[in-house]
Amino acid sequence: MSARRIFARPARLAAIAPYVWMVLFFLVPFGFVLKISLSQTAIAQPPYEPVFDLMAGWGALKAAFAALSIDNFKLLASDDIYVFAYVRSLIVAVTATALLLLIGYPIAYGMARLPARWQAVAMVLVIVPFWTSFLIRIYAWINILQHDGLLNQILLALHLVSQPVVWLSTDSAMYIGIVYSYLPFMILPLYATLAKMEPVLEEAASDLGAPRWQVFWLVTFPLSLPGVGAGVLLCFIPIVGEFVIPDLLAGSNSLMIGQTLWLEFFTNKDWPVASAAAIVLLVVLLVPLLLYERLQKRQLEQGR
Amino acid sequence: MTDELPGTDAIAEAVGERQFAAGEPLLRIDGVAKTFGTFRAVDGVSLDIKAGEFFALLGPSGCGKTTLLRMLAGFEAPDQGRILLGGKDIAQALPHERPINMMFQNYALFPHLSVRDNIAFGLKRAGMARADIATRVAEMVALVKLDGLEKRKPDQLSGGQRQRVALARALARRPQLLLLDEPLAALDKKLRESTQGELMELQRRLGMTFIIVTHDQEEAMTMASRIGVMRDGKLAQVASPRGLYEAPRSRWIAEFVGDVNLFDAESKLRDGHRLVIGTRDAGPLVVAEPREPFGEVRLSVAIRPEKVKLSRRGPVREAGHGTAINQLDGVIADICYLGGTTTYKVKLDAGGMLQASVANSARLDVDAYSLNQPVVAWFTPDDCVVLPS
Repeated sequence: MSARRIFARPARLAAIAPYVWMVLFFLVPFGFVLKISLSQTAIAQPPYEPVFDLMAGWGALKAAFAALSIDNFKLLASDDIYVFAYVRSLIVAVTATALLLLIGYPIAYGMARLPARWQAVAMVLVIVPFWTSFLIRIYAWINILQHDGLLNQILLALHLVSQPVVWLSTDSAMYIGIVYSYLPFMILPLYATLAKMEPVLEEAASDLGAPRWQVFWLVTFPLSLPGVGAGVLLCFIPIVGEFVIPDLLAGSNSLMIGQTLWLEFFTNKDWPVASAAAIVLLVVLLVPLLLYERLQKRQLEQGR
Repeated sequence: MTDELPGTDAIAEAVGERQFAAGEPLLRIDGVAKTFGTFRAVDGVSLDIKAGEFFALLGPSGCGKTTLLRMLAGFEAPDQGRILLGGKDIAQALPHERPINMMFQNYALFPHLSVRDNIAFGLKRAGMARADIATRVAEMVALVKLDGLEKRKPDQLSGGQRQRVALARALARRPQLLLLDEPLAALDKKLRESTQGELMELQRRLGMTFIIVTHDQEEAMTMASRIGVMRDGKLAQVASPRGLYEAPRSRWIAEFVGDVNLFDAESKLRDGHRLVIGTRDAGPLVVAEPREPFGEVRLSVAIRPEKVKLSRRGPVREAGHGTAINQLDGVIADICYLGGTTTYKVKLDAGGMLQASVANSARLDVDAYSLNQPVVAWFTPDDCVVLPS
């Protein structure tokens, strides 16, 4: 046997590992969820029917298949609560992602232009919040934002307001929480692309007659687009499904889809409807992902 | 291609600058200094450059030549001194406000733009009309022979093609002054030599003023009409290539530009209009008296290897001059055949080593010397240069 073939085998195994991962941890659970979404709720253990029992024989299996229906999806489409939840989730995600980009870009740009020694320090500062539990950090925000919290004290002391502002249980509080929590996910990919961009390109642009803002819009920003895309996706997708931050910081009069899912699962114990909601959410999120991938492919082809 | 390219004045109008005729004073660098932290990168440089010159800033890395160039482009502001372009002080002007363009060392082409858009970048910033931009880009593409590659992105080009795009992009605005930062360093030797010729020819045809920064003395000698040698942030000498080579102002310059034999002086004796300089390694050497007296500094005698002639042992008679004045006995210690020339290392009886570069003017090696052969190395007093150490 040649040396080449001995080494070819583990290499081939390594190549299929991602697919094994996908099948085991994405496709199989997705199959379960899809099946539950097509079932009906029941007061039973598990709380839905039909249940596939492979031991019960071919006839029972066929009957179980026949009992599956898309009623839950029809319900999602007909009930305003779900439609509103989806729309609200998308609006929140778009707004928060835009805010993140606006805040994260200057920070990432500033970091990338620091002397190498200080870049490492800045990097640690961005990552350091991760060393504290996420929940504790959100509770800290509740503390800061409450009626006699730090923020109101500062605003009162500076005479910017005469009355304490109601922050908690508002969208403002939720956006503060989301932007705070997701900022590192926006900064890091942006920083990575900006740091490896050669500053001499900006010099070339200004040498050719471009004032500062043109240097940014014509050279820096277009060249950082891969980082923008990565940062936007890294923030947008989890924010759409965000549950904890809106639950703790936003009001309860309008819910995001993550909160609706939680309610269906744990309060209503309606697993099938919750599963259907999750499937729709997945489809909603797949659209921007596919768009991004097509965009990247087109860029690659252009580069050819 | 005609000498007069159409649309020449469009940029000049847009930038509000006039063009300078060849020979007019264009750039005056006046006592410019720049310090980074405690490091004096450029230390009081003054220099005048005329329109139409091809000027080279030559020096080893860290000598301040690149910093000086970056101050001309506007990427660094001098701490002291003035930079006058056409009489106007531009030392504090921003890069985009200067009618100066630069060709960067690694070209700095915009990777997201096509060849055409790279070249058009500066024209668009100058507010040129669309149709004029198209015409100018086409001219530039033809000028640097990039026809057919207009739509390519920089990463689809070879190194030589990228270099041409960078040149076209820098030339497109018709700057009053073009700065070239090691423009050929990234090319291989063959391509570098042909590109040197093309750059010179282009500069002559466009009648533009070029300042090139290089660490390669051959490159500077080949292309430039004048060379400024920089050392430790100062201009050590400004001269024509010939002046620099034949009349270096210091021992360091003599060694930096080309090969040279150097002998430290131990004594000095006047003999009419000549000096007899005693050296430990080569014995007494008769040299022409230097034009300016050096005072009491330590001196060296410098002789370029190609000025040294070799003969078989015995008295050497110089044609029309009687016996040659400087005759040094020695034996051949090393032979380095280079094709066009052969470099011999002669171990002198006085103790030192002397390099002699001999042209291989005949194909059959009747004149060649062999290892350990006793020879006489000789040269005229005028071929020696006395230098302060």
